[in-house]
Amino acid sequence: MNYVVLDTGDVLIAAALLLINGAISVALALGLGRSLLVAAVRMVVQLALVGLALRWIFGSSSPWLTLGVALIMVGFAGYEAMARQEQRLAGAWGYGVGAMAMGFAGLSVTVLALTALLQPDPWFQPRFAIPILGMVLGNCMTGVAIALNQFLTQAKQNRHAVEAMLALGYPRDQALAPLRRLAARAGMIPIINSMAAAGVVFLPGMMTGQILAGVEPGQAVKYQMVIMFLIAGGTGIGVLLALLGASRRLSDDRHRLRLDRLHS
Amino acid sequence: MPGLERATGGAVLARGAPDMSLLEVRGLHHQRLRCCDFSVAAGTVATVTGPSGAGKTQLLRAIADLDPAAGEVFLNGAGRAGIAAPHWRRQVSYVAATPAWWGASVRDHFEPDQFDGAARLLDDAGLGAEALDWPVDRLSTGETQRIGLIRAVARSPQALLLDEPTSGLDEDSRKRIERLFERLLGDGVAIIVAAHHHGRLEELALTRLGVAPGGVVTRVAG
Repeated sequence: MNYVVLDTGDVLIAAALLLINGAISVALALGLGRSLLVAAVRMVVQLALVGLALRWIFGSSSPWLTLGVALIMVGFAGYEAMARQEQRLAGAWGYGVGAMAMGFAGLSVTVLALTALLQPDPWFQPRFAIPILGMVLGNCMTGVAIALNQFLTQAKQNRHAVEAMLALGYPRDQALAPLRRLAARAGMIPIINSMAAAGVVFLPGMMTGQILAGVEPGQAVKYQMVIMFLIAGGTGIGVLLALLGASRRLSDDRHRLRLDRLHS
Repeated sequence: MPGLERATGGAVLARGAPDMSLLEVRGLHHQRLRCCDFSVAAGTVATVTGPSGAGKTQLLRAIADLDPAAGEVFLNGAGRAGIAAPHWRRQVSYVAATPAWWGASVRDHFEPDQFDGAARLLDDAGLGAEALDWPVDRLSTGETQRIGLIRAVARSPQALLLDEPTSGLDEDSRKRIERLFERLLGDGVAIIVAAHHHGRLEELALTRLGVAPGGVVTRVAG
């Protein structure tokens, strides 16, 4: 591949652009200088560490190492999804519902992509598995967090309507279905929007990266399409599972609405 | 049934025959509710009185199994623990003081086979059958209350648990709803009503319960 090699000097020149932002902040008394600096340093340190880790991980071809890294990623995604919810389930469920849903969705979609589409040898090679899982999880996380937050918030706001249905003898699945529909729609909107805008409003990051790395645009586009479909599929599965889990937890076997199981 | 009646001790209806008990409450309690044992016969009324916030609503919700509670409630001698919750609530229907809506129009809150019955009930309640097509966000308090009641009655439950059913009604509407209650009682429906003023139901009541702050429900003399 004929990509241009970047050295540390190039990175420094790019970093100098931040000085302009710093100057603006000082001139207009925005008070952003400090957080700008902290964020930039974090970005550099985090990415450098990830680079080192990836170099080490890609060097091995152990399925166990790949699985371990994948599980750590799912763990972080679960935490992030929970942290983004204003309303969440109490106790371990607050973390577990999102993490389980994303874990299942992300891993199954990634395994499908590796075994049926990309087919590297061996299929669990971390150089393929980790980036794909990362892209699917990153988007799935947004969808799941939005959907869960919407579902739980709506359940609290519309508790009287839900209980009115329950009081008339509707089963819990039917009483919660309207809320689940709303929440699923909210969770799917980001990926629908980004599919609709891809190539017109923005060039997807992965495609841009591949083109910069010297991949022929036609191939880069096909890769991007596959990734978009994987993301959409993974998000759909994740949102659905998370909502099914959350509606189980928010009701009980006597078909009651259990808002006492919300984190207060 | 005789076994069940014995277990309630002296708490059986004074005037109703024990073997006619439709709904029987035994040992019902949770954190904010402690209820004495009582039963309500088919076609009779039990009233629940007490200061606001004492736990009248808690009692009705616990009977409808909308809140987790220990103890047992029987319908025609069958314990609710052995009955699926949706089925239980179709027979023992709780009507909230301010009914909430899940659809856009009144009609959305009835199943198609209930449309005719609902139209007749709306007419009886002084709203007219055309109320079926009213949007719910324009209903007044009194309309909300009456339609909320009709929503439950149209499903033909055996027992109605009514929370302040006539508090927001004018004189004429209240009389119409009371006539509806009398008709339901005549059909054998049992009614437990929680309110500050029970109106006509007060005169019909065979069982009178009082709720003290903290959710302590006791039988009131009379």
